[in-house]
Amino acid sequence: MTTDAAGLALLSLLLPAISFLLLGVVAPFRRTGRPAAWLSILFAAGAFGAAVLACRAQGIAGEPTRLIWNWLPSEGRALATIGVLVDADSTIMLVLVTLVALLVQLYSIGYLSDEPATALGRYYTYQSLFAFSMMGLVLSPNFLQLFMCWELVGLCSYLLIGFWYRKPEAARAAVKAFWTTKAGDVGLLIGIVLLWRQAGTFDLTDMRAMVESGALPVAGLSLITFCIYLGAMGKSAQFPLHVWLPDAMEGPTPVSALIHAATMVTAGVYLLHRTSWLFALTPDVLLIVAWIGAFTALLAAVLACVQDDIKRVLAYSTVSQLGYMMAAIGAGLSAAGFFHLLTHGVFKALLFLGAGAVIHGVGSNDLSRMGGLARKMPQTALLFIIGTLSLAGIPLFGGFLSKEEILGAVWAHGLVGPFILLMLVAFLTAFYMFRVVFLAFFAGPVPVSVASSGSPAHVKASAAHDSHAHGHSHEHDPPATMLLPLWTLGLLSLAVGIYFTLIAHALPVGEAEHAIEAPAWLTPSAVGVAVAGILLAWLTYQRRAIDAASLAGMFGPIRSAALAKFWIDDIFTFTFDVVLLGFSRLVGWVDRYVVDGLLNVVSAWTLTAGDRLRMIQTGRAQDYVYGVAVGLLILVLWMRWALA
Amino acid sequence: MGLAHYLTLAATLFCIGLFGVVTRRNTIGILLGIELMMNAVNINLVAFARFSGSVPGMVFTVFTICVTVAEAALGLAIVILLFRVRRTVSADHLDLLKG
Repeated sequence: MTTDAAGLALLSLLLPAISFLLLGVVAPFRRTGRPAAWLSILFAAGAFGAAVLACRAQGIAGEPTRLIWNWLPSEGRALATIGVLVDADSTIMLVLVTLVALLVQLYSIGYLSDEPATALGRYYTYQSLFAFSMMGLVLSPNFLQLFMCWELVGLCSYLLIGFWYRKPEAARAAVKAFWTTKAGDVGLLIGIVLLWRQAGTFDLTDMRAMVESGALPVAGLSLITFCIYLGAMGKSAQFPLHVWLPDAMEGPTPVSALIHAATMVTAGVYLLHRTSWLFALTPDVLLIVAWIGAFTALLAAVLACVQDDIKRVLAYSTVSQLGYMMAAIGAGLSAAGFFHLLTHGVFKALLFLGAGAVIHGVGSNDLSRMGGLARKMPQTALLFIIGTLSLAGIPLFGGFLSKEEILGAVWAHGLVGPFILLMLVAFLTAFYMFRVVFLAFFAGPVPVSVASSGSPAHVKASAAHDSHAHGHSHEHDPPATMLLPLWTLGLLSLAVGIYFTLIAHALPVGEAEHAIEAPAWLTPSAVGVAVAGILLAWLTYQRRAIDAASLAGMFGPIRSAALAKFWIDDIFTFTFDVVLLGFSRLVGWVDRYVVDGLLNVVSAWTLTAGDRLRMIQTGRAQDYVYGVAVGLLILVLWMRWALA
Repeated sequence: MGLAHYLTLAATLFCIGLFGVVTRRNTIGILLGIELMMNAVNINLVAFARFSGSVPGMVFTVFTICVTVAEAALGLAIVILLFRVRRTVSADHLDLLKG
């Protein structure tokens, strides 16, 4: 039974790989565009089917099974293996990844309908590669395969952010994403190597057995887990390495939904959940994880409140929710973080795809150019609101229970500071998400706030009028290939919410020993905070009872700091421009004038000596004869006296 | 008159020839110096042949003289050709070997 699960998971993993190879190698087929896209979708559907079957075969309680092959043989045993490790977590994650990948690929057919055929083929090639590498990461039985797939998803992220590579911002965002996550990846690699020195194996199962039997020395483990956390920090956009994720929104919106909301950015959370038994040995690192997670959540939530770009709001909300998951892991209940990862994957993909439908219709990301869309795009609006309610943590919707669990875990662990931060975040999340809903779907552009934010807004306002003049024809619900994924995700997040609110009051993947008793006031207060956020947004942006400008004025310094992204990007730029480049200039000076100077002196001496020496080569035969004669004389004298 | 006398004469002649080769500026003078050195060698050969009573040494001297004649003819031919090409026979101007 369980080997069936492993085999099915392997099949699921290999299908996108085959699709990628077909599209990647057979270039004429790739350039046909639409047929290539449908091939990729077909394989993704197959992978999803296999993943569902694998998940059913594995079940919640099934023993973890492995299907591994030796990869790097050394001294009788394998230094590294390659294969799949199947257990409840990995199969559930596999289903999420394949589901979102399938829906996003289907959605992209409609979203990218204006792209030329070659670009479309290229897009689907990258999509297939991404699906394969993400699944490889999820299923990987050891750290080495995990790291390789980790880098592969990073590469796919780079390629897909830079899909419109002719746009300079997209190209720059792609490079920024690549380098920022790479900074964390270096930490991950160092952590993996150090861990190998400590444990002597890369294998997750073996290592877990070592930890459980106490065979793994704890001394020095904090450094290792912190290094691994650095990798997760880069991938899962934790402060201060979160700067790449908002910029990554330059890519096509379906890519943002798949990679930068539902799957890839959660890889860090998944990694920490996967190795939670290792992190449990180092509570000091877990404390750092919790604090940074909560702080990231708050920072990103504040930033999301001042964004005018609908995708950037969603991007910051992703960062914020990743902070939530990290806080849960830091509180020691990684299952809650993983659960939130799953529900978040569904409703955030829904939100992004809904935003994509809006952008597709309006032709702009700017919230001030939207408004009153609920009448023109009723289905999109409905689904977007479902996603928003899920994100806000309202009962009966997807994110409700997972958010409660995280808050409960953080409280039960005695982390009062992070708990307060997270409650604040819950309020802000509801506020900024409903700000988007009201601005985009109900009320028109807010004239007061437009006037208050200064001269550039006037340009925006006039641009909005232009778009109203000739942009109406596009503003309707998207075609079926785009609506189907939206409905699937919307119903799914509703179903998940209803199931967990009414029927099961526990985690699906929770372990009995970690079960926590949340205080009774937790649920009402968390929901109350969220409702307060919604109410504030409604009063401000729908009823206009509270003036948005005066609300902004109340938070003047914070608002201006948030508009400057808390200067984090500036700090990075400063670090690069002044510290790094200054150091490089110093090194360059030393190289040019000290190292090169020494070499120049030596080479000048050699040249002079050579010049002098070549004077004895007169070219006149007589001088050579003279030299031969004198040499012979000296030889004779030497033989006569020295050797005798 | 012992062997040493002959050898001293030959060595003196050789040194005179060598001096001529090294110091003369005229290429023909250098050739003459070479001839002198050759003859110093011949004197050595004859002297050794006489004192050791070996006939082949004498024969070899005759052979050497023949070769010397051929060499002189060749050397003079080179000098003539050199004069035709360079319009000079001064050794100072023949420095094509210069590195």
